[in-house]
Amino acid sequence: MNATYIPLQQPFTRELPSRGRVGMFVLIAAEAAIFTIFVVAYIFYIGKSLTGPTPQDVLAAPIFYSICLLSSSVTIHLAVKALRLGNIGVFSRWWFATTVLGVIFLYGTATEWHRLIYREGLTISTNLFGTTYYSLVGLHGFHVVVGLLCLTLVLAFALTGRVKQEHAYRVDVLSLYWHFVDAVWVVVFTVVYIVGR
Amino acid sequence: MSTDSITWPHTETAAYPLVDKLHEWVATVDHKRLGILYIIYALVFLVIGGIEAGIMRIQLIRAHNDFVSPQVFNRMFTMHGTTMIFFVVMPLVFGFANYLVPLMIGARDMAFPRLNAFSFWLTAFAGLLLYFSLVGANGLYGAGNAPDVGWFAYAPLTSRTFSVGHSTDFWTLALLVSGFGSIGTAINILTTILCMRCPGMSLAKMPLLAWLNLVMAGLVILAVSPLTAAQLMLVVDRYLGGHFFDTQAGGSAVIWMHFFWVFGHPEVYVLVIPAFAFASEIIPVFSRKAIFGYPVMVAATICIGFIGMSVWAHHMFTVGMSSSANTFFVLSTMAIAVPTGIKIFNWLATMWGGKIEFKTPMLFCVAFLFQFLVAGLTGIMLGSAPFNWQLGNSYFVVAHFHYVIVGAILFTIFGAFYYWFPKMSGKMYSETLGKLHFWLFLIGFHLTFDFMHIPGLLGMPRRIYTYEPGRGWDVWNLIVTIGVFFQALGIVVFVANLVWSYFKGETAGSDPWDAWTLEWSTPSPPPAYNFAVIPTIKSRRPLWDLKHPADPDWKYE
Repeated sequence: MNATYIPLQQPFTRELPSRGRVGMFVLIAAEAAIFTIFVVAYIFYIGKSLTGPTPQDVLAAPIFYSICLLSSSVTIHLAVKALRLGNIGVFSRWWFATTVLGVIFLYGTATEWHRLIYREGLTISTNLFGTTYYSLVGLHGFHVVVGLLCLTLVLAFALTGRVKQEHAYRVDVLSLYWHFVDAVWVVVFTVVYIVGR
Repeated sequence: MSTDSITWPHTETAAYPLVDKLHEWVATVDHKRLGILYIIYALVFLVIGGIEAGIMRIQLIRAHNDFVSPQVFNRMFTMHGTTMIFFVVMPLVFGFANYLVPLMIGARDMAFPRLNAFSFWLTAFAGLLLYFSLVGANGLYGAGNAPDVGWFAYAPLTSRTFSVGHSTDFWTLALLVSGFGSIGTAINILTTILCMRCPGMSLAKMPLLAWLNLVMAGLVILAVSPLTAAQLMLVVDRYLGGHFFDTQAGGSAVIWMHFFWVFGHPEVYVLVIPAFAFASEIIPVFSRKAIFGYPVMVAATICIGFIGMSVWAHHMFTVGMSSSANTFFVLSTMAIAVPTGIKIFNWLATMWGGKIEFKTPMLFCVAFLFQFLVAGLTGIMLGSAPFNWQLGNSYFVVAHFHYVIVGAILFTIFGAFYYWFPKMSGKMYSETLGKLHFWLFLIGFHLTFDFMHIPGLLGMPRRIYTYEPGRGWDVWNLIVTIGVFFQALGIVVFVANLVWSYFKGETAGSDPWDAWTLEWSTPSPPPAYNFAVIPTIKSRRPLWDLKHPADPDWKYE
């Protein structure tokens, strides 16, 4: 006999961690490492710009927009919770709220950048502060954009009635990513708008 | 057992067109095929990187040689380093991990098969991107083509001022893309090992190869991501006029070094831990004994992973750091010798009193033990800051890290090739050619890298394209270059062996080594679904239990 197979003894009952969650956590670890390097660079370069404008001159903490982003973590949690219970309508509403909050946050970043570029004359190549600021905030903004694309996709599915209770698990994995994006903002906000000024 | 086992009806399909076959390989999501793709891809780049090394050694064979120009020499060492690390050893490591991990843990595929294929193609195209620089980097500038900034690309060499044209951009983007591929594969390996083990296989019953690849994948996540971040910063500097590494605007060249080596040193462990994994599978089988000190091996590996994250600045002693930083990195570098030493003793203890069979895989692993020891000893020498101030950036360093990467990593990878070739191809390799490869490569390796230490001690710096005669370096450089020809010959024999055995070799059968891990319970080559029935295991050596029902391992574990 060519192949030796080990016979199956009894049905498989042991619970292993689920692939989606583990995969997402590992992705988050990798992303966290990337952000760490950018945050370290930001902190290392605080006050090292040879020319203006400086953070003290031009930065104002975007408190309202930050509250929007952080509260979207609550709404996405409520959405997933509703979907687990099979409550599609509630899910869709909370999910929509999450997306809107994300968009508001992005709008906040856009207006801030517009002001910095056109009014304050700070671009990514103006000075070291500009380089580190746009890179770090931009890297986070990029993650918000990716998250929003995914959220919008799910929203489109929800509005066309394709999201069912059994998808709660997948949506939950996506929500992990969104929580991560929010958590990173706490760090970025602290570093850029509190420590950095 | 034949009552419970299921054998799929063997349906011999008619030969179908080559295009269809190729399409199957291109579109595959099967972990075994992707593993083989990784490996073949890496072998192609191994030859390319080897030719680059050969060009450098021919240039250095005697003083005042003019085989290539200094510019070409710069490109050669940059491309050689980048190719060998990112497009040879990493794909080899990922290829074997891809092929072996699911088979060894009793799974039918990786956790995310499509991500797996995506990661491979990212890596593959990143390699092509790097080499496309030969054609594309020249651009309108008439500047150099291939990257020439060294494989660690220190600032300010990479700034627009000193690197006009696009050669550095090709280097950056190639590493960025391959970095995404590596992160994808690492996510896959970690998730597969944590979530896909067969019934009965607790973490403590996994084969050591799975354990070590788990640690390797974790290191990839923590190490390659910083490289990705640093490359993004370099892209910002080069394309958007940023100032991260621009000292004229207050930026720092040293922070690039930190960011690079935060990746660069753990990367050594990313490469060497899978080498340990191969040794930990091959040595027991050819010593006919279970691995000695399994839990300690696992603990030592995790320990290496942790300490390996905190030693990076020993690459930077000559930069001029504070004495406290120097002290910290000297001590952490010394500390890593402890878990590595534990591993060497465990392999020795596995062989101790065993019925050792010196088949080709075992030969490579025994050579690995000795060579890795020497590499570790010169590592400790270089890890002490005062010694490093003397010999940093000399040929002594080049000899040291080639001792690690060739003497330890490549040797075990060759061992792994011979050990798993029967499983992957279904054919037995030629033992004669295998032994010939081993001896040629061993002689070549020692001629090249043993003697390379000496010009380093005599003060020969790395990365010089030529040197003055009469400094006492000439004869050593000649010997070093002669060794390269033996190594090249060894590689020719190796490839010839693979190709010949694939077409003409004897049928290997499912378990030619009388081994103990699950991959040997499948036919050779394994079917796409790996296991017709998912196995249930009770010990670390499930096939031992099966073959020796009267004396199974699980009674003692």
